[in-house]
Amino acid sequence: MKITVLVKQVPDTEEERRLDPATGLLDRDGSESVADEINERALEVALRYKDANKGSEIVVLTLGPAAAVQALRKALSMGADSAVHVVDERLKGADIAVTAAVLAAAVQRTGFDLVLAGNESTDGRGGVVPAMVAEHLGLPLLSSLNTVELTAETVSGEVSVEAGSLAVSAALPAIVSVTERSAEARFPNFKGIMTAKRKPLATLTLADLGLDAGAGSGISTVLTISERPARTAGKKIVDDGTAAAELAGFLAAGRLI
Amino acid sequence: MFELNEDQQALVAMVRDFATGALAPHAAKWDETKHFPVDVLAEAGALGMGGIYVREKFGGSGLTRSDAVMIFEELAKADPTIAAYISIHNMVVWMIDTFGNDEQRAQWVPQLASMEALGSYCLTEPGAGSDAAALSTKAARDGDDYVLNGVKQFISGAGSSSFYIVMARTADTGNRGITAIVVPANTPGLSFGANEKKMGWNAQPTRQVVFENVRVPVTNRLGEEGSGFGIAMKGLNGGRINMGACSLGGGQTALDKSVAYLKERQAFGGPLINQQSLLFQLADMETELVTARTLLWRAADALDRGSPDAMKLCAMAKQVATDAGFNVANSAIQLHGGYGYLSEYGLEKIARDLRVHQILEGSNEIMRLVVGRILAGA
Ligand SMILES: Cc1cc2nc3c(=O)[nH]c(=O)nc-3n(C[C@H](O)[C@H](O)[C@H](O)COP(=O)(O)OP(=O)(O)OC[C@H]3O[C@@H](n4cnc5c(N)ncnc54)[C@H](O)[C@@H]3O)c2cc1C
Repeated sequence: MKITVLVKQVPDTEEERRLDPATGLLDRDGSESVADEINERALEVALRYKDANKGSEIVVLTLGPAAAVQALRKALSMGADSAVHVVDERLKGADIAVTAAVLAAAVQRTGFDLVLAGNESTDGRGGVVPAMVAEHLGLPLLSSLNTVELTAETVSGEVSVEAGSLAVSAALPAIVSVTERSAEARFPNFKGIMTAKRKPLATLTLADLGLDAGAGSGISTVLTISERPARTAGKKIVDDGTAAAELAGFLAAGRLI
Repeated sequence: MFELNEDQQALVAMVRDFATGALAPHAAKWDETKHFPVDVLAEAGALGMGGIYVREKFGGSGLTRSDAVMIFEELAKADPTIAAYISIHNMVVWMIDTFGNDEQRAQWVPQLASMEALGSYCLTEPGAGSDAAALSTKAARDGDDYVLNGVKQFISGAGSSSFYIVMARTADTGNRGITAIVVPANTPGLSFGANEKKMGWNAQPTRQVVFENVRVPVTNRLGEEGSGFGIAMKGLNGGRINMGACSLGGGQTALDKSVAYLKERQAFGGPLINQQSLLFQLADMETELVTARTLLWRAADALDRGSPDAMKLCAMAKQVATDAGFNVANSAIQLHGGYGYLSEYGLEKIARDLRVHQILEGSNEIMRLVVGRILAGA
């Protein structure tokens, strides 16, 4: 079984994240970048399958700037076998549609039985990339799985829906995205960290993927962004016997009760 | 040498993730309940922390001493007591890997490196601490066995460990009559004293280890008969810089907490950090830690390169770093005022834990003795 796991380098959620007002793009210098945790859960699903089924192969794939290689190294140190990094100046500011098209081309080139991804990144949070990749490839999508069971021919799992949960399954090849309730990611061990550097890491450009030069420029345009308004002081209620009524009034006015 | 390379950044990042998730949230409780978390140690072992600078052949991680001091500092930021025990365990595993033969390595190193089995280092006796060469625990040769009799004092991990490296007397020839022998926990005649009540290091047991006609095969001996004192001292070179690193980790946490606290605490019309005397105090704490860290990294590098002045540098670094860590923790209590004295703020525990690093693995007076003797050429 060959599993390709999509990973993404994102700003650390522990720190404040901001958009650059001049470009409308994420300010990547403003905070430390880390491998998105949700992808590590996706990788964990793959690693557990590999632990039980020797001979399986795990490829991690990212589209991102040069520094995104750190996310790949982390994934390699956790146990992935090889990595593919799609990096191209023209992909700067790539929107969701472009990202999905490029990822689809890249996974196709790498080859796979299963593509695993997080259901949404902690930065952009569009939550549609796995679905769009599936659409490009004409393959089934199991979206937002809380649990994943994998056999040589099928993938199945449980999805939360408003009224309860669904048990879903698909024949391979397929695309699967997982939620934060899926497998807790392992730590890389020292040996994994030290051997990560020796594992194959391929770098691909748009040209390598046979995508034309125009593919990089997004089909959507950010018109404006505005900063979150500064916080204003909250209203203080001093209890002179009417605080409860005032509080209830406040909540009702805000349609909170 | 003064910047973390890419590998070290990744190693430290992983250790930080592990320590903040698996150690820090429990450290206060373990201290209070005197709980030795062997399950968490096994998790650390699975990540490679049980044989950090042990060769990979028998399950070690094959890292350097320079890597190790960074790892121990990071662990100690979360819990100096657990970090320090992991250091002692690593010293034991390294001694077997370095001075044992292939059979002994194959038998003991894999289970120790994974921390499924724990190790203890038995040098000190009730009547022989700083003057360790005066130890009197006897190992008498009887056919293919040694028969051990005597008492070891203050043994970290005792009662929980599976293997004890015992420095025992095989001849009445001073430090040349000492032999290192591995004693498994289940050997008849081996028993343990009560868990000592102590100032800090509560999350790891400290007990006497008592030998009454304890019989082990001669094949449990590390190296040659009479080489045990040298083996014990070589183990301590690395142990000392690790202990220094543990003190720096504890001190760093105490300093970080102090900076945050003084920025927040309002008095005399503003945050306390605006008081220049307090800001200078913080600066002194930072300088003391960085000074110590710089020397510590140099000592680790000397050990990695097998430099002839490694022993001296390790002794100097142990003294400077364990003094720095304790001083910083103690100052941090003062900077927190009354809150520093409350357990809830986590500072008094750091000071209690770091205090013993100035005493053990060669007291800081003995570090001066080591340096002074080398200086005097004696
Ligand atoms: C919590 C804890 C854990 C320990 N774990 C272990 C362990 O796992 N294994 C192990 O073998 N030991 C262990 N020890 C023992 C520790 O290494 C000794 O306590 C230490 O070496 C000091 O020996 P001592 O207590 O006998 O003090 P002493 O040697 O009696 O020293 C008393 C004082 O005199 C000073 N002094 C002694 N000789 C000189 C000199 N020549 N010049 C100047 N000053 C001198 C000392 O520095 C000290 O201040 C542990 C101790 C503690 C408290």
